[in-house]
Amino acid sequence: MFIENIMQTNVTTLPPTATIAEALRLIQEQHIRHIPIVDEEQSVIGIVSDRDIRDASPSIFDKNPKQADLHKEIQTIMSHPVITIHPLDFVEEIARIFYDEEFSSLPVVSKNQLVGIVTEKDMFYTLIQLTGTHVQSSHIEVKVPHKPGILPEVAAVFGKRKANITSLLVYPYKDDPNYKVLVFRIQTMNPSPVIQDLKEAGYELMWPNNLMEFQNYEV
Amino acid sequence: MKCKSAFVYSDALLKYHFYPDHPFNQKRVLLAKELLQYANTLEDSDILKPRSAKDEELLLFHDHAYIEAVKKASIGKLTKNQGMEYGIGTEDTPMFPNMHEASCYLVGATLTAVDAVLGNHVNHALNLGGGLHHGFKGKASGFCIYNDGAIAIKYIREKYNLRVLYVDTDAHHGDGVQWAFYDDPNVCTLSIHETGRYLFPGTGNTNERGIKKGHGYAFNLPVDAFTQDESFLHLYESAFREIIEFFKPDVIVTQNGADAHCFDPLTHLCTTMVTYEKIPMLAHHLAHTYTNGKWIALGGGGYDMWRVVPRAWAQIWNVMKNGKLQEGSMPSKWITKWQKKSPVSLPEKWHDDKKIIPDIPRRKEINEKNNKLLLNALKYAKPKNG
Repeated sequence: MFIENIMQTNVTTLPPTATIAEALRLIQEQHIRHIPIVDEEQSVIGIVSDRDIRDASPSIFDKNPKQADLHKEIQTIMSHPVITIHPLDFVEEIARIFYDEEFSSLPVVSKNQLVGIVTEKDMFYTLIQLTGTHVQSSHIEVKVPHKPGILPEVAAVFGKRKANITSLLVYPYKDDPNYKVLVFRIQTMNPSPVIQDLKEAGYELMWPNNLMEFQNYEV
Repeated sequence: MKCKSAFVYSDALLKYHFYPDHPFNQKRVLLAKELLQYANTLEDSDILKPRSAKDEELLLFHDHAYIEAVKKASIGKLTKNQGMEYGIGTEDTPMFPNMHEASCYLVGATLTAVDAVLGNHVNHALNLGGGLHHGFKGKASGFCIYNDGAIAIKYIREKYNLRVLYVDTDAHHGDGVQWAFYDDPNVCTLSIHETGRYLFPGTGNTNERGIKKGHGYAFNLPVDAFTQDESFLHLYESAFREIIEFFKPDVIVTQNGADAHCFDPLTHLCTTMVTYEKIPMLAHHLAHTYTNGKWIALGGGGYDMWRVVPRAWAQIWNVMKNGKLQEGSMPSKWITKWQKKSPVSLPEKWHDDKKIIPDIPRRKEINEKNNKLLLNALKYAKPKNG
């Protein structure tokens, strides 16, 4: 699954010269927690979170707040450089960035322009369906007819080769209800014997696909 | 440019042998060595006999309990269940008689290479039997029992107190070495490999940058499947140059797995010999520019053992010794001797024919993605006070 499938494309942004007051108004009105800061070319140069903005705001208990601080430019409090991702990145790869860096949103950039944003909430939604990339393993995808008994049939091929399956995901095959894609991650550096057996048993492999098949793939 | 270099070799290195059809076959080392001998670029006086590694050297990186388990497996005294805890006896890393001794020789050979270079006997040294980068502290994995690269770098830190740049061009992520020095600012690791989304071990994302004091000293370039020479080399060269300028190491250790070639059966990258010519040329150049020539090169993966690995590995030595690559026809004696054993036609030239390069329709998109990850990986490769 690609990031472009889950990202929000309607992103609220601000230029670096906007005031902190404007940012405060945006996060309150739109119920958002992150604002990418972009230049004229839509290139991401910084990001501010709701906490950055609130840290720069007067306390609600302050009777005589200094309004001058709120009129400072947003670039004075933004974080940079910004870690960004690409629309064709995989959701499971990006999950590691969220986890390791403790970010709660990531701007999506293509050809140096902001094209979307992915937040923790988007990730959790997707991560319900994804797991198992945290241990050493190799990845095999098999396209199978969507019918009872197919999973044990395919899994038996792995069992025969003593390939330890670390995760198994069942994906839909495009919009076709007659097929499923079984995604296995197996604990081996040498998946070739299993791949050979799967091919000989007549299963259609989505990955690894041989180069000739790949060349016929319409881009 | 001629340099003083050592080729670490003895037949003892060939005893690291799981079973006949296992993809990791150390006959590759012999094939490369004989190729060089028939090409008259390796003389007997270049060959340095390796020693075996001692227990206390293994302990620089590995757990005591793990070493004891390997020793037991070596004499057939480790049960299957006991082995599982240590990653021994799996399909990837099966038990075999004398596996401890065989593994100790690979480690000892890498230490021999280290001492030859850092004892100032030679500028460069090559151990094609080493580079077993998946070995973990307490666990074998991915065909690797003891991690000679990690042990050697610990040894360099302890005995010579030098700062080490480790550059891993194997198509699989150099995870064992990366995790060994993940919090160490005196060891900088750079691994360029096929993205882990499909390929073992699955790690090696750009955001793995090290932790604590070691943050910013681990670099990863996980390139897309079907990446070709141009993009692979662009990333390798840009990253190596920028990181060495940033880190300024005292010595370079390279892991030279040769499995990113389009013929390799285990990976999905699409490079050719062009990549395996440029890899040692740049390492050699940068060693002379930054580390006074101090460069230790190791072997690694590479599963097209007939057509790819011997040439790729032989060129490392050609560069080490003569500063230049072999060109033109391969020595006919080598072909005649080994063609009988090979299931595929052995290559006639040192270079690959352009015809083997597959047409990849997604090339532009792959290159764009690779460029983006290069910039991402190098975000912190700037002088700290710069």
